[in-house]
Amino acid sequence: MAKRTAKKTALKVVKKTPAKKASAPKASVAVARGTPLVEMKDISIAFGGIKAVDHASIDLYPGEVVGLLGHNGAGKSTLIKILSGAYKRDVGQIFVDGKEISITNPRDAKANGIETIYQTLALADNVDAAGNLYLGRELKTRLGTLDDVAMEDATRKVMFKLNPNFRRFKEPVSKLSGGQRQSVAIARAIHFNARILIMDEPTAALGPQETAQVGELIKQLKAEGIGIFLISHDLHDVFDLADRLVVMKNGKVVGTAYTKDVTHDEVLGMIIAGKCPKGAIPGPGALRDAA
Amino acid sequence: MSNTPNTSQSPAVEKEGPITRLLRATEIDARILGMAAALLVIWAGFDIYSRLFSTIGFDSDGLIFGGSFITPRNLWNLLNQTASIAIMSTGMLLLIVMRQLDLSIGSMLSTVAVAIGTLQVFRLAPALGEGNRAIWIIAVFGALALGSFMGWFNGVLVAYARIPAFIVTLGGLIAYGGLAWAIIRGETVAPMDSTFELLGGNVPQYSLGVFWSWVVAVVAISGIVYSIWNSRRQRQRFNFPLRPMWAEWFLGAAGSVMVGLLTWVVTIYPWAPNVIKQWATDHHITVPAGIEDKDGNAICMAGEQMVRCVHGYIVYTGYSIPFMIAVGVGLAMSFVATRTSFGRHIYATGGNPEAAELSGINTKKLTVKVFILMGFLVGIGSIITSARLNAATNSLGQSNELYVIAAVVIGGTSLSGGIGTVSGAMLGALLMQSLQSGMTLLNFESAFRDMVVGAVLVAAVFVDQLYRRSVK
Repeated sequence: MAKRTAKKTALKVVKKTPAKKASAPKASVAVARGTPLVEMKDISIAFGGIKAVDHASIDLYPGEVVGLLGHNGAGKSTLIKILSGAYKRDVGQIFVDGKEISITNPRDAKANGIETIYQTLALADNVDAAGNLYLGRELKTRLGTLDDVAMEDATRKVMFKLNPNFRRFKEPVSKLSGGQRQSVAIARAIHFNARILIMDEPTAALGPQETAQVGELIKQLKAEGIGIFLISHDLHDVFDLADRLVVMKNGKVVGTAYTKDVTHDEVLGMIIAGKCPKGAIPGPGALRDAA
Repeated sequence: MSNTPNTSQSPAVEKEGPITRLLRATEIDARILGMAAALLVIWAGFDIYSRLFSTIGFDSDGLIFGGSFITPRNLWNLLNQTASIAIMSTGMLLLIVMRQLDLSIGSMLSTVAVAIGTLQVFRLAPALGEGNRAIWIIAVFGALALGSFMGWFNGVLVAYARIPAFIVTLGGLIAYGGLAWAIIRGETVAPMDSTFELLGGNVPQYSLGVFWSWVVAVVAISGIVYSIWNSRRQRQRFNFPLRPMWAEWFLGAAGSVMVGLLTWVVTIYPWAPNVIKQWATDHHITVPAGIEDKDGNAICMAGEQMVRCVHGYIVYTGYSIPFMIAVGVGLAMSFVATRTSFGRHIYATGGNPEAAELSGINTKKLTVKVFILMGFLVGIGSIITSARLNAATNSLGQSNELYVIAAVVIGGTSLSGGIGTVSGAMLGALLMQSLQSGMTLLNFESAFRDMVVGAVLVAAVFVDQLYRRSVK
């Protein structure tokens, strides 16, 4: 059922695509850099008449960190949840390695190597770290039962990399501190050889030291060729970590820019007023009379 | 553990009381231990009360205090009577852990029971001939299939039509009750097929008997020892922290002693003398000669007549069939809940439905599966209940949903989801049944019984809340 509906929506989109103007300059960038890892084209979703995402297009290349910026309610989390399968888009296409794929639920996203660290962490509080890490893809013994020991072993290894002091493997994650919970969520996302990582406010619950750790991790993952979407309120974070940034406002993309081409103030202008500076490629949400 | 510096560890250990230390080392859930203690207090209380105040004559075979509660006969009956509720409580446990609920199981039980009752009596018996071995098999499969189907129907309405489980199953409670009445028009179907009746456990000749009961005990003890050894070996293989050796011994010994005690109790419960008499006559067993006026549980020959006597021909019951079914279901459900990804997904969904969905679990499908499982267990419950009474009526399962939910809640299951154990739910069922049958035994009025059971339910949840707050 789900797959059939997805195909139908995809067909509808094909008719609409030529009408789109803003995709032209972006396409030229894409040609210059090869095939993007992910391309979300012309995505829209509405909740009860409110257009949360309105014909937004973003892309991501291997080894690149793209920061998504915008006010609360600008549509960045919604857009990214469409990629991670939490929401079903109304229209639009998603390409991974240039091939169109159908994402109608989180399983589809994971099958395409897309992993997400949610702002809420999305942990099952009553289950321990290993249980959460392997939730939905448990290791099994030859008899088909849960291989808890092997899962705990792997969890110990991966957690040691992220948070060497972590010892509380037997406790439900509700008993862990904010930082420890965050490491469990991060461990879950990176443990399964993700190629595309979505981080929704990954440092919101963390202290300065742990935030620095996450920064290190992002650089390491980047070096491994993983593409990362980074959603953050914190401009400094984005400027530190992201190669490129995309600003959204009222569900539309205001503009896209390389972090080295724009200043903090210019980006603030994009976020608040929708003004697109010279260093950025304007999107459909940019103020028309800005220049 | 090994990383904690010794200097800071030793004072902490000294401060710990022996019980805390025992619980921590053995990793026994304090809640289960508390329930077991409550159960023992209730049993002892009834036994002592019956010894002191009962106006009716009491059994002389009281095992500890000489009352009429802790006797082989009463304990055997208690286990037999608890089976159906305990079996269904394991399914309800998974539903409640998943933040769902099924209020319709009592009516479902009635519907399934009258359906297979009429099937046996009015369809199969005339068609195949009374006593045909196929009858009970068809009836059993029919019950399981019908129960599962009704569960599936509930589950689909909850998961895919997105109607809250409370409403769907409240509707089911009323509607299936009507369905049961419609099938049978308020009559009673009886008797059941003679082989089917054995599944109710009320025919002592077909309990396990002394030999096989001890075989079961030996198997159970070996199982306990093996699982302790196996889990230790597994943890050793990966260099994980181990339980202290004395704790392993303690667990093994405690488990074995409990199995042994229980087996001993059910194997000293004799068949009723008239049952033995019938059996002896039917099987041409020579009954020893004895003295006429000694009254006991054995039978002797006094001249040409068989009489009751103290020393003579005696047969002991052993574990009953419903009890064995309940144990089997309990083990299977425990396995499902803790050792399979299906169970893991149920707990995770209960803990955080959104997270489970985002982790790629198909929670709708899962919901339907758990409702089907509940229906399947209701099928088992209806087989046992109707076989035990050797009759089926449309009021057979009345209020069962409430007893089952009460058992699950008393068993330490959180109604907000994610927390609860199969063993807790089954112990809760045993606790409820102990209260009920204890008060029946002491001739308490049924109105008073209901008041006590209700109060205990509320008090149990209150104590559980206090415990949880103190742990946090």
